[in-house]
Amino acid sequence: MDSEKRQKESRVKLLITGNEAIAESAIQAGCRFYAGYPITPQNELTAYMAHHMQDRGGVFIQAEAETAAINMVYGASAAGARAMTSSSSPGISLKQEGISYLAGAELPSVIVNIMRGGPGLGNIAPAQSDYFQATRSGGHGDYHCLVLAPSTVQECYDLTALAFELSDKYRVPAIILGDGMLGQMMEPIVVTKFRAPSLKQSNKPWALTGCKDRKANVVKSFYLKEGDLEKFNLKLQSKYQKIQREEERWEELFLNDVKIVLVAYGSMARIAKGAVKALREKGKKVGLIRPISLWPFPKKAFAKIRKQYLVIEMSYGQMLEDVQLAVNGQAGIEFLGRSGGGVPSEAEIIAKVNKIYHG
Amino acid sequence: MDKIYAHPKSLRDVSTHYCPGCGHGLAHRLITEVVDELGIREKVIGVAPVGCAVVAYEYWDFDCSEAAHGRALAVATGIKRVRPENIVFTYQGDGDLAAIGTNETIHAANRGENLSVFFINNAVYGMTGGQMAPTTLLNQKTSTTPDGRCAQLQGFPLKISEMLALLPGVKYIERVSLHSPQEIIKTKKAMKKALINQMEGIGFSLVEILSPCPTYWGLSPKPALDWIKNTMVKEFPLGVIK
Amino acid sequence: MTERLIIAGSGGQGIMLLGKVLAEAALLSNKFVTWLPAYGPEVRGGAAHCMVIISDDEIGSPYIDQADTLIIMNQLSLAKFINRRKDNGLMIINSSLAESGKLAKAITGKFTDIAIGLGNIKVANMAALGMYLAHKKIISLKNIEKAMRKMAPKDKPELLKVNLEALKKGMEI
Repeated sequence: MDSEKRQKESRVKLLITGNEAIAESAIQAGCRFYAGYPITPQNELTAYMAHHMQDRGGVFIQAEAETAAINMVYGASAAGARAMTSSSSPGISLKQEGISYLAGAELPSVIVNIMRGGPGLGNIAPAQSDYFQATRSGGHGDYHCLVLAPSTVQECYDLTALAFELSDKYRVPAIILGDGMLGQMMEPIVVTKFRAPSLKQSNKPWALTGCKDRKANVVKSFYLKEGDLEKFNLKLQSKYQKIQREEERWEELFLNDVKIVLVAYGSMARIAKGAVKALREKGKKVGLIRPISLWPFPKKAFAKIRKQYLVIEMSYGQMLEDVQLAVNGQAGIEFLGRSGGGVPSEAEIIAKVNKIYHG
Repeated sequence: MDKIYAHPKSLRDVSTHYCPGCGHGLAHRLITEVVDELGIREKVIGVAPVGCAVVAYEYWDFDCSEAAHGRALAVATGIKRVRPENIVFTYQGDGDLAAIGTNETIHAANRGENLSVFFINNAVYGMTGGQMAPTTLLNQKTSTTPDGRCAQLQGFPLKISEMLALLPGVKYIERVSLHSPQEIIKTKKAMKKALINQMEGIGFSLVEILSPCPTYWGLSPKPALDWIKNTMVKEFPLGVIK
Repeated sequence: MTERLIIAGSGGQGIMLLGKVLAEAALLSNKFVTWLPAYGPEVRGGAAHCMVIISDDEIGSPYIDQADTLIIMNQLSLAKFINRRKDNGLMIINSSLAESGKLAKAITGKFTDIAIGLGNIKVANMAALGMYLAHKKIISLKNIEKAMRKMAPKDKPELLKVNLEALKKGMEI
């Protein structure tokens, strides 16, 4: 049997929610530690982990708080395991302390944020208003997390495994940034078996395993001696530059012959895509750039197109700033955004495009 | 001739940053002696706190992790659950364990995590400049209680060990002190017991160690030891709590 | 072909399950499909609805503004969603629990009464699904039954049986 055929046969089609797809992908990618705390709209993820982690050789803990959950992940990661936590906006705010320490100690880890409305307790409707928090260092210090934004349930599955890979490769925390709509909706996915490294096989010479036949390892982010922290920060920065060079990801649609380029990510991009297709049917020259990596932001996607842009978000203009930086004044940028429960609809997008088109 | 004294293998041959008369250096050394005696240096993973002992890993010569302030027991939980064959302990001060980390402390204990906890109680925040700790005694002067701790305004000294003893997940708690050679011997024994408990899978064990902070008590080293003996043990009585 | 359905009622009426059976059957029919739930803050007895989109093409928004089909299981949901139907859209109403008056293009069935008659009030949802199948030939009965078999708890064969009976009764209305 050739490998392609074997691959096809090992594929299973499943109808699951985005939250469950993230959880299943994590387990298959070798996540061996999960700690979480209840919060809507990501509870299906925690429940899935509670049902499956132990049977499949992992650890599940319902933590006493988000702060504890993220710090448990810190410990598990320090011990060499692939580790994950998930939450939604208010809970992710609580985790920022731990995320800063993870970045400072260069510990791989995956943090899932199924965003809801804010600020404060906000509501449980889908939103994209944590973009700044995710892509700029959400906690203290000069650091970045790698941020991936799935747009379909299939991508929830594919990008979670990728997040573990990249997080291990670069030793940076990785964030899966979804929203309540994507987390709770069901869609069929094709399941692929990922090859996950076991705890013993994983190549992490820095991990805490007990100092048998080697010098003692220390996992830390503290550099008190003059000059040491600056040296370490410069090391982080050169790592971030490498990530920016090599890990930009995006999807393009109809950019060859285009007058207006829509820019949207995650759930919002699905709706934008619907609008683009409807507008194309009417002969309108409209295309789409869908950033998949939010940090690093896919600047390259914008380099060659000097057309009118329309940025659409479930926020009042956060990714907008990255588009402005990428375009750098070389093209016009319009914005359409709602947040707090409101989601820009296909009809609203079409109306806005028509206005720009003819205006 | 039998060798009766040696530098512990688990203790690095460096000088510490601790003030004269501070209890941390002694507590560090006792831990390394016990680790050596139990032959577990290659299995031990220590979790250092935020506070005066923040760089304990520069003195201990075995695998260690830093933890954010108060989160040592969450970090230790993560390590131990992933590597149950290793021996994992936390070393935490009173602010770390009983103020900012109270939640992590209570819930790790309540889950009955198979961990050993060394809790240094010196009734004050040292590293940040002698502020009131949760364990500061009534009338004790600190930089944030200039007229002495007042029950009406700042509440009472928190007896976290007695609180934890109520939890079924907790298997062993003892309060010991570093104020005299006899008490130091007892401290070492208690530390050993806490680690053996973990090795035998018995469960959550905590040793609270009353430890001198001459600098922020405004005393010289000898009177600081006397203050533990004559004053501090009245509020924090020594002995096995559970 | 794109079919957009809103299924609405109250918590405990099997609203989500009805949508999931449809979605699973759509998957078995090799269609693109999305299922999007919405609950009130109450766990039981509150408002509940889900949105299902079945299509031959990739689906954009899983959210439905104007539906091709509305399945309404109680009076409150009728009031809430009455204006969310396309001009030529189909409306299926559970007349056991909702008074529809003279609504254009609305068909009704006493789904809750049918379910009570079968000895299990919870299968009213499947009776409604049956009526839908009889009126729109997008998903085959065969795939619906296959989906139900796949989703049914293996240790309760009698539960599957009564659900299938309700489905048939709904089709016969």
